[in-house]
Amino acid sequence: MKLEMRDRPGQLVAALQPISAVGGNIIAVIHQRETPAATEALDVQIVLELPEGRLSRLLELLREQGVNVVRIDEERLLYECTLIMIGHLMHTDLSDTVGRIDTTGSAEVTELSLVMPAISSPSSARITIRSTTRTEMKKAIRILRSVAEQKNLLIIEPLEDT
Amino acid sequence: MRIAILGFGSVGRGIARSILAKNLDITVTGLADSRSGIIDPAGIDLAAALARKENGGPCGGPDVTPGDVVAKADYDVLVEVTPTNVDDGEPALGHIRGALRRQKHVVTSNKGPIALAYPELRALAETNGVFLKYEATVCGAIPLIHAMQEGLAGNTISRLYGVFNGTCNYILTRMGEDSLTYEQALAEARELGYAEADPTYDVEGIDAGIKLVILANTILDMQTTLDDVERTGITLLTPEALRLAEDQDCTIRLIGEIVPEAGVLRVSPRIVAKEHPLVVEGTLNAVTVETDLAGDLTFIGKGAGSTETASAVIGDLLYIRERHVQGS
Repeated sequence: MKLEMRDRPGQLVAALQPISAVGGNIIAVIHQRETPAATEALDVQIVLELPEGRLSRLLELLREQGVNVVRIDEERLLYECTLIMIGHLMHTDLSDTVGRIDTTGSAEVTELSLVMPAISSPSSARITIRSTTRTEMKKAIRILRSVAEQKNLLIIEPLEDT
Repeated sequence: MRIAILGFGSVGRGIARSILAKNLDITVTGLADSRSGIIDPAGIDLAAALARKENGGPCGGPDVTPGDVVAKADYDVLVEVTPTNVDDGEPALGHIRGALRRQKHVVTSNKGPIALAYPELRALAETNGVFLKYEATVCGAIPLIHAMQEGLAGNTISRLYGVFNGTCNYILTRMGEDSLTYEQALAEARELGYAEADPTYDVEGIDAGIKLVILANTILDMQTTLDDVERTGITLLTPEALRLAEDQDCTIRLIGEIVPEAGVLRVSPRIVAKEHPLVVEGTLNAVTVETDLAGDLTFIGKGAGSTETASAVIGDLLYIRERHVQGS
């Protein structure tokens, strides 16, 4: 998100504090001074992770601190799920398998570890999917299940409710 | 209390040994295996029957059938501990019906009749004013059914999941510990007597699936059959898959799961954090029950074995004696 705040000592800390107060995690802070001068405002861009449903509370807290939120980019990829796949992963076009999830636009494969013990024997892969919401994660796993069925792969899901 | 025992394999002999070893005040007046039987109103010499069986012989004479024991012996409780038949539950189902119609209580370790015909058998027991108990059908020595029916009465169970098959748990434990292949771990399990010559029933998740059906139908007010269980076995698992799980402090276990509200019954290999209480070693069983009042409870114990399964049967017998059997 892009914030606008008064260029005074302590303002940046005041703007960051509410993020941890709502359980968020700051990934990056971009602090630009060379904004159109003459104003006393300071532009700051913050990249952060926020648990679902906390954004409105964060905006409220920021307003109380006198921080003006100029822009909020789309929420992205907050849910993570790791699964294991077993089967002829390469022969059944692994990039297509990954692509079927990535093309949803709301979930993507962010990590893949592949072990191929021998050419003719099945390979095993650990795949991490991230998504914007729980619903999108469920959708991504449903897609993976149906791809696995088509390609005769075994999917091992985590015990936790997916 | 007088009982008749059908089945003199591992479980039947475990019961006989426990009766001999402990002063349980239980008299066995009828006994039958697949080839022979004895009826003796004064009480069968269990030590002699055990010795005959352990020398490879039959437990009794060839002229007495299990059906004779059910119909003619003088007993309070029929203990039906023959092997499970998942297709039609027979011949155990017929024997259980016969005993209930004679107004005899029934205790069984046989999953077939309970999974296939519980509503009918329960109604028959009620009509005849007797008990039908089956603690030993699920997770051997763990008193899971008793805990759910009695201790947790009044709770709503939102989810139940766990390790219901010791054979699979042993195989997966060994694949994780020593990077054995599935075939190697299965061979080892066979050598140790944990797996049958034909392991299909265990490794394809059928055994775990039937246990889920029993819990669903008898405790969770569901009406299910084995066909309703979404089932994936462990035969395709690779040591590499276990290693990929271990890299993240997890492992893989065959988990049976019931979500009553969603109507879900599922047996499948799942990734489980190593620190999770369900991650038990070897042939152990472990079940977590999520409830509204009591919170989450996890039960861990031996899911099979002669004495361990006998423990569940004897628990049922003494339960019945305390509540019902006259003059014992």
